[in-house]
Amino acid sequence: MSALLAIDDLAVEFGEGKTRMRAVDGVTLAVAEGESYGLVGESGCGKSTILRAISGLNKGWTGSMRVQGESLQGRRTPAMHRQVQMVFQDPYGSLHPRHTVDTILGEPIAIHGLDDANGRIVRALDQVGLGRAFRFRFPHQLSGGQRQRVAIARALLLEPRLLLLDEPTSALDVSIQSEVLNLLADLRRERSLTYLFVSHDLAVVAHMCSRVGVMRAGKLVEETTVAALRAGEAEHPYTRRFVEASAGYDRGMARAFADLEEEERATP
Amino acid sequence: MSAPILAVEDLHVRFATPRGEVHAVRGVSFDVGRERVGIVGESGSGKTMTGRSILRLSPRNAQVSAKRMEFAGEDLLAASERRIRAIRGRRISMVLQDPKFSLNPVMRVGAQVAEAYTALRKGSKAEARERALDMLAQVRIRDPKRVYGLYPHEVSGGMGQRIMIAMMLIPEPELLIADEPTSALDVTVRMQVLAILDDLVTKRGLGLVFISHDLNLVATFCDRVLVMYAGRIVESCRASELADAEHPYTRGLLASAPRLDAPRERLAVLDRDPAWLGAAT
Repeated sequence: MSALLAIDDLAVEFGEGKTRMRAVDGVTLAVAEGESYGLVGESGCGKSTILRAISGLNKGWTGSMRVQGESLQGRRTPAMHRQVQMVFQDPYGSLHPRHTVDTILGEPIAIHGLDDANGRIVRALDQVGLGRAFRFRFPHQLSGGQRQRVAIARALLLEPRLLLLDEPTSALDVSIQSEVLNLLADLRRERSLTYLFVSHDLAVVAHMCSRVGVMRAGKLVEETTVAALRAGEAEHPYTRRFVEASAGYDRGMARAFADLEEEERATP
Repeated sequence: MSAPILAVEDLHVRFATPRGEVHAVRGVSFDVGRERVGIVGESGSGKTMTGRSILRLSPRNAQVSAKRMEFAGEDLLAASERRIRAIRGRRISMVLQDPKFSLNPVMRVGAQVAEAYTALRKGSKAEARERALDMLAQVRIRDPKRVYGLYPHEVSGGMGQRIMIAMMLIPEPELLIADEPTSALDVTVRMQVLAILDDLVTKRGLGLVFISHDLNLVATFCDRVLVMYAGRIVESCRASELADAEHPYTRGLLASAPRLDAPRERLAVLDRDPAWLGAAT
């Protein structure tokens, strides 16, 4: 298995002097070609920061990141940017409100100087199940699920190998989430894409991925398979707690969590 | 179920808009006793409007009507604005989704909790401070004295939500309406906030209306569940029996959610039947 994405000892820091903080702290992981890898963790654990560093939105990282063996350090060529595309969490914020779907989808084509803009846009809309009727609409004329489909279409236009998905369904209702997740699963199969899927929702990640990295406070605390998670074989206490909490409310568990936190506070 | 604290019968909420009338809540009826009642539904199903209209907090252009809306024997529909103010916050409280937007950003959190006390009762500043510290401890904030002096941006989301709950509980209400109180929180923190609400219901006999979009959470946390779709309650059952729900919408929602304990090859997609908009069950 060759690694499409290899991250080695990645660290991302924000701020200066006293307020300096490490958002990502020495993360090493590899995602194989065609694999779907999930990153889970609670807010502020650094999972989105990793995605932003890979896509080039967060500069100033240290360590090494390679996509198909090519280092992401330094200036990236347009071809490198085409390999990696990202879908953001909020479909309301990630589409320009005064651009039509046509303009939104035409932008990456123009930037990368691709031919056949018309054909590409029509095909991209078909692929995400929107159809041509949506081409000249504005984002406010679309529902949340439809907007996220547009965002996915935009990411796929450049025919990337690696798709970075940052909580792509957490702003959507459950019934719409299932449609978008099914679409993402189909696209991955049809186009043999590789996914790096970030979510705080363990059930979603378990459904979409085969391997999972659990993050906490900038560190990757455990890497495991979804099968092991489902079998309750997680090793790190934090992962176990995360799995239990995801199952729903349990009075006894809530008390156990409070005790655990107390312990953690006592042993810094 | 004990005698209901709140009884709602045939509640309607309508909005007059330039494009015609929007009927957001269409004939909702339910009772709440000293128990946890969950209202679940997707965005736009009318669950929030139902919660807000109980406290007369619906927007100005909303027309709220009902056959009956009673709180502890008092008619909420006929009550004067003055009377409602005496109930709102004192006897019925509301916790909102995001503490980031519900707390005053330029006031220390402790002072905000204390203000909730002095606004309703006469008492010295020292007494209010004492009560606020006590309340913060009750929602299991360690070191309440330190937290008292913090500003909202200095506390985490989970802590902020606990502070909100402390503020809502200081007047010792009989009914708490919690609108997505844990949706902005991480799963492990959510657990602890729910435990606090749980204790209040079981130990202090609080009535709780828990509004959420999370079917699984409501099924594990609440005693009873009302499922709303397009302004109606389409299903009403004991939370423990939600898995055997009958309405196709509830079944569809359950089937469309991915589950950690039961892997699915493919998620079911909800087919909305226009007939669901019609007759209420």
